[in-house]
Amino acid sequence: MTQTRNLIDANGKRTDGRSIDELREVKITVGTVKNADGSAFIEFGKNKILAAVYGPREVHPKHMAQSDRCVLRCRYHMSPFSTDTRKNPAPSRREIEISKVMREALEPALMLEDYPRAAIDVFVEVLQSDGGSRCAGITAASVALADAGINMRDLVAACAAGKVDEKIVLDINDTEDKEGGADMPVAYLPRLEQVTLLQLDGNLTPGQFNECLDKAIGGCKMVYEIQKQALMKKYFGNETELKEEVQ
Amino acid sequence: MKRRYVIPGDKIAEGNFRPLMNVIKTGNALIATRIGIAEIGRDGVKVIPLSGVYIPRVNDLVIGKIIDHSSLSWEVDINSCFSAHLPAQDVFGRDFSPARDDMTRHFGIGDMITARIMAFDRTRDPMLTVQDRDLGKIPRGESLKISATRVPRLIGKRGSMIQTIEQATQTRVLIGQNGIVVVTGRAPEGIKLALKAIKMVEEEAHTANLTQRIKVLLNVPDAPSETSRAPVGGAPKPEDSTIDEVEEELEVEGEK
Repeated sequence: MTQTRNLIDANGKRTDGRSIDELREVKITVGTVKNADGSAFIEFGKNKILAAVYGPREVHPKHMAQSDRCVLRCRYHMSPFSTDTRKNPAPSRREIEISKVMREALEPALMLEDYPRAAIDVFVEVLQSDGGSRCAGITAASVALADAGINMRDLVAACAAGKVDEKIVLDINDTEDKEGGADMPVAYLPRLEQVTLLQLDGNLTPGQFNECLDKAIGGCKMVYEIQKQALMKKYFGNETELKEEVQ
Repeated sequence: MKRRYVIPGDKIAEGNFRPLMNVIKTGNALIATRIGIAEIGRDGVKVIPLSGVYIPRVNDLVIGKIIDHSSLSWEVDINSCFSAHLPAQDVFGRDFSPARDDMTRHFGIGDMITARIMAFDRTRDPMLTVQDRDLGKIPRGESLKISATRVPRLIGKRGSMIQTIEQATQTRVLIGQNGIVVVTGRAPEGIKLALKAIKMVEEEAHTANLTQRIKVLLNVPDAPSETSRAPVGGAPKPEDSTIDEVEEELEVEGEK
């Protein structure tokens, strides 16, 4: 990937005015899809993504069911109006790949063995995209899974880091993704300290790789706090502590 | 007893505790696996979930709908990812013969029944029984699905919430632990009002002063009623082991 113009100005600000360690504004709303068992809407910068979870429910076709565990099925889809030029609504090569990596990023957090012979369906619909939509999608899907009341070891938080103007920056946006040097999306289980997704597009030296990974994990931890707050707000309002009652 | 709000991945406690419901132990830490209210009790640590679909458990009292029958059993929809089976032998007795006995005489497709889960494990679909007092066909009523996690709230502390609704609307409310509710009564207005109240309980289950607002909706004067309520078939009875948990859950919710 060759860079054609400067994406970081003299003051160290990026194309959208952020500093190199700054996350875009993240907003998560839980329970937006009424008919789903769990759902979440995430605004990750200009990304607007809806995630809905159905299940555990019966598996159709039946032969897909597994006797010892639950089947997790993910669908990542971009709406035709989510990009600059109309996107064909048929699932593209890219969407099929993201559906797969998303499933693999979420699976380690779920206790699928608790629901044998059932299926959990996760639908992630990108309504507006601005780079980093797979990370935002995983983040929203994880919140939706928790909202659906599925047993989880941990939430999954995801965030990207990358290389722009030979500098490692946090949370790559669309311009930086297209014109920058490298893009590394990472999904992370903050409590278990495990990485469940690590992709890299571009070239990095071993030193840059480590710096980039550390930065992305730092971003995941920030996203995790926002996820926690969103869930707490939906279920417990503004109270965070339960008032003790003398019995 | 200590209680607090948790989300999946939260550490509830550290030390020598036993993990009970929705809690896993990793190393020395006890971790919540669901959104809910964590409780540290004498016998261990558990999380009372606030969301989720119904997963059958042995001895649960459920309300189901007959959706099909084979020559040996009925298939029952119990609002879960597994459809339950009611063996014909359970109804006709040991000497049941598919050639002689007409299964449709007892339950037809579309009938609602109250049943108890007799057996359920990871390998097979749940098995039901109707051989108990107050179990069997529900002849009439309006049915409604609510989330199974809201059932304890709908029953209320020692049945207070459901008692309020039943008395104010002159109806009988059967509640299955799978979240299916059947309302029966003479006056259609009463049934309508009861359904409205039940839906309100479901939507606002986690808010404070819900009983007060239900009373306002039902136009009940604010005086504590001490009349004991006879257990209705289908609704869990106080002597059931399951109801103990239910009541504990309610105490939690009552605090808020």
